[in-house]
Amino acid sequence: MNAPKMPADRADPLTHTRSPNRVFGPQPPGEKFEVIGKRLKKVDAAVKATGEAVYTDDIVLPGMLHGKTLRSPHAHARIRRIDTSRAERLEGVCGVVTGAEMPVKFGVIPWTPDETALAVDKVRFVGDPVAAVAAVDEETAIAALELIDVEYELLPALLDPEESLRRTDVQIHEGRPGKNGNITKEVLLEFGHAEQALAASDFVVEDDYFFHGTAHAPIETHVAVARYGSDDVLTLWSATQIPHYVHRELARVLDLPAPRIRVIQPHLGGAFGGKSDPFSLEFCACKLAIKTRRPVKFLYTREEEFYAHRGRHPMQMHFRTGMSREGKITAVDSKILIDGGAYSSFGLVTTYYAGQLLTGPNDIPNYRFHSTRVFTNKPPCGPKRGHGSVQPRFALEVQIDRLAEMAGLDPIEVRRKNNQGANTTTVNGQRVTSNAFDQCLDVVEEASGWKQRRGRLGRGRGLGVAGSMYISGTNYCVYPNDMPQAGIQIKVDRSGLVTVFTGASDIGQGSNSVVAYIVAEELGMRVEDLRVIAADSDLCPVDLGAYSSRITFMVGNAAIHAARKLREQVQAAVGAEWKIAPKQVALAGGFVFDLEDRSRVLSSAQAFQLAEAKFETLGSTGSYNTPNLGGSYRGGTIGASPAYSFTACVAEVEVDLETGEVKVPHVWTAHDCGRALAPILVEGQIEGSAYMGFGEVFLEDHDVDERGLHMRPSLLDYTIPTSLDCPEFHASIVESLDPEGPYGAKEAGEGPLHPTIPAIANAIHDACGIWLTKLPFTPAKVVKALAEQKRSKPPTSHRNGGV
Amino acid sequence: MSPDLALLRLHVNGGDVDVAAPPHWTLLEVLRYRLGLTGSKQGCDKGDCGACTVLFDGKARLSCITLAGDATGHRVTTIEGLVTKEGLDVLQRTFDEAGALQCGFCQPGMILSARACLDRNPSASRDDIKCALASNLCRCTGYTKIFEAVEMAAREGKKAELGGPVGGSVPPLKDPTPVSGARR
Repeated sequence: MNAPKMPADRADPLTHTRSPNRVFGPQPPGEKFEVIGKRLKKVDAAVKATGEAVYTDDIVLPGMLHGKTLRSPHAHARIRRIDTSRAERLEGVCGVVTGAEMPVKFGVIPWTPDETALAVDKVRFVGDPVAAVAAVDEETAIAALELIDVEYELLPALLDPEESLRRTDVQIHEGRPGKNGNITKEVLLEFGHAEQALAASDFVVEDDYFFHGTAHAPIETHVAVARYGSDDVLTLWSATQIPHYVHRELARVLDLPAPRIRVIQPHLGGAFGGKSDPFSLEFCACKLAIKTRRPVKFLYTREEEFYAHRGRHPMQMHFRTGMSREGKITAVDSKILIDGGAYSSFGLVTTYYAGQLLTGPNDIPNYRFHSTRVFTNKPPCGPKRGHGSVQPRFALEVQIDRLAEMAGLDPIEVRRKNNQGANTTTVNGQRVTSNAFDQCLDVVEEASGWKQRRGRLGRGRGLGVAGSMYISGTNYCVYPNDMPQAGIQIKVDRSGLVTVFTGASDIGQGSNSVVAYIVAEELGMRVEDLRVIAADSDLCPVDLGAYSSRITFMVGNAAIHAARKLREQVQAAVGAEWKIAPKQVALAGGFVFDLEDRSRVLSSAQAFQLAEAKFETLGSTGSYNTPNLGGSYRGGTIGASPAYSFTACVAEVEVDLETGEVKVPHVWTAHDCGRALAPILVEGQIEGSAYMGFGEVFLEDHDVDERGLHMRPSLLDYTIPTSLDCPEFHASIVESLDPEGPYGAKEAGEGPLHPTIPAIANAIHDACGIWLTKLPFTPAKVVKALAEQKRSKPPTSHRNGGV
Repeated sequence: MSPDLALLRLHVNGGDVDVAAPPHWTLLEVLRYRLGLTGSKQGCDKGDCGACTVLFDGKARLSCITLAGDATGHRVTTIEGLVTKEGLDVLQRTFDEAGALQCGFCQPGMILSARACLDRNPSASRDDIKCALASNLCRCTGYTKIFEAVEMAAREGKKAELGGPVGGSVPPLKDPTPVSGARR
């Protein structure tokens, strides 16, 4: 008998009541905050400091095999034949798998599944996975790869996005009839009348900008361990930041019932967006575990990590921006060509984000963007911290400075003038609630000594400013459904221990700590009496993962929701015992007491026992869903967020006018994160963001050569900043208290990266009068720009003395 | 014993240990795969990232490019060896208190490089610390809180005491008062 076919997510009529949006407000649950806003240790810091924390590669299972992936040496080729028989005969080889055994296409965005676990028929970039082996040890697995015979028919490789756009004779993916399959997504949206507004503007600037490719380079590479037990349960431990999407795609590709699959994310060694797709090794580890009935581990080498990529998309950006004599932005018009690499990944969203996320904090009354993402035969791009909007933010914020200069206005003043403020709607229909961008500007202006120092630093030294806005989670769930975007379950033990179960991925940002602090605040507990179990699909309610800066906002609200129900039960039970009103019962610091008679005290454990007697076994769930947001046009929900964070940044630079070398002694970043639930963690996110932006400006460059080979596939050649390279990062927290965030909180993980890059570009202009528009800013580019400036301009024209 | 295994006597974390391992194995492989000391991490396997740093006769050394055979006759200390009966190394505590740990993957190596630095120069300046940590890559923090953690440890000296409870309060590093965001 055939089992009935499961309905698709959206097709199930039972799910059509959308889960509600709940708002708890910025107030503390009790008299004052006891845990929230304090400088506390992270819940996992001690085990990390001692080396006890178990990361995926630290897992060793009995009988475990080692997996290795054979990768394409060609950028674009048809696979004529794969013969694995010689590899299979090698002693110590236990299993080999090819694409034919897993032909189902997957992709994190359900509308664009175009990847297979291993290549089927075609390879599309150097490094595209072709076959995989499981053997008794790593050496044997590597030896087996040499014995796999693959016959390729070479195809012309498209490495230049403009060529992909132009050519229809070479198709990286098959397009729909009459369509160029090299175009993965094209978005053209206009709000207001950009052309007319530009024509009527007092000042207009028009330039081409280039943002290069950059990689996440987490110190832990991709790694996965799979086990298929005789109970027919498949367990995958993986260094992923989206266990839920991996779970869904494993079920589809392996054709297994999802309840038979368990996905666990152990401690994770950094991600930054690079672990937000399902990856080949996760499918291969599972398939080989099923085939061999032995556990299998895959650990990517650093070189494989660079080829698996999903880093920041290179973008060629043509920008026009207009401004009035008074310094008000009149219009922005952009045309952006996005180099997507070989697969779609999150590319649909990237293409929207390249335009949709630019409409704040500056009010843009007329806005048009036209962004096109194309495939190239290069490692696939994806989401990296500040997904899709870091690149155009660079272009826009540099143009604002150019216009400020033309209008003879101070760049910080211009940004104040254009700040759209709180409780507004952007030109593309995004609802902005809290907004403390002005205060962020005040802080960096003061901290950097802007007023006293700018223009007085002497030849080659300068200050530059930029601002930005970013989402706190997105209204647009990756697969449309009416269920909550975040869920929490809480279990209360008679001992006084509270266990919180969350599907959220702590990738180092500290989400487990934030969840613990929130539940401790609600239940008046000490943090050490609380445990967080996270990112295990057997134990935890679904969370969509660590992306779009969504966890604090969404999981935080779900945690308040779940914990407040328990809080009310404890108050009711203790109130009944003491014959006082429940709201007279206070919970704080591991105790429960009478607000009117503070000598009447119980321990948390005693209070939980009273509640358990009254309400039976204690437990609670909580969830969060966004309100309905976004413009009523196609794509209007992409970029719509329940709250936006704001950042202002000032950078100081020293340009060596002879060698073109640029030093950045200081970066001041002020970030409006709503309420800082955990200030140490917020500072860490601000500093880490500024660091990552700094690295992208000067040091990092992900690119391939004319054969499609990665130019720098190691941490020696792909230079990320060391302790000696970094500026002093000065992080300031600005609290705006968001009306819908958990206790007023918003995001902090991605927003602060954005303005770092244009602030440095603007500072270089302030230092020596050149506008750099093509990243990365190498000494050669600086020297060239200085030489061009010398030819075209008399040396005294610049305020800082020129060159 | 298989003839292609080498028998090595290593001195790890204060004790002698005999290990049979292929002669081409690195110290990192022996630590992780033979001794179960998984606190030493593999981030690149070619000496670029520093996550595998151990102390080798008290000096910071990359275990992924040190042959295990070359470690015989030397004192090797891993992150696990910093924890003694008296408790955590002061650095393990200050890294925690300063918020220097985000993903934590680079931290065992980072803490050991910092330990070697402070052992060499207990009153290390920020510049000394920056130099000492230059071969340990961190991708999360921008190093700011790491420098603060090492400076805190330098101030406290090496008197190791047990860390406070998980989630316990930590002293502020600088003025923690956030700016009010009330819109003017």
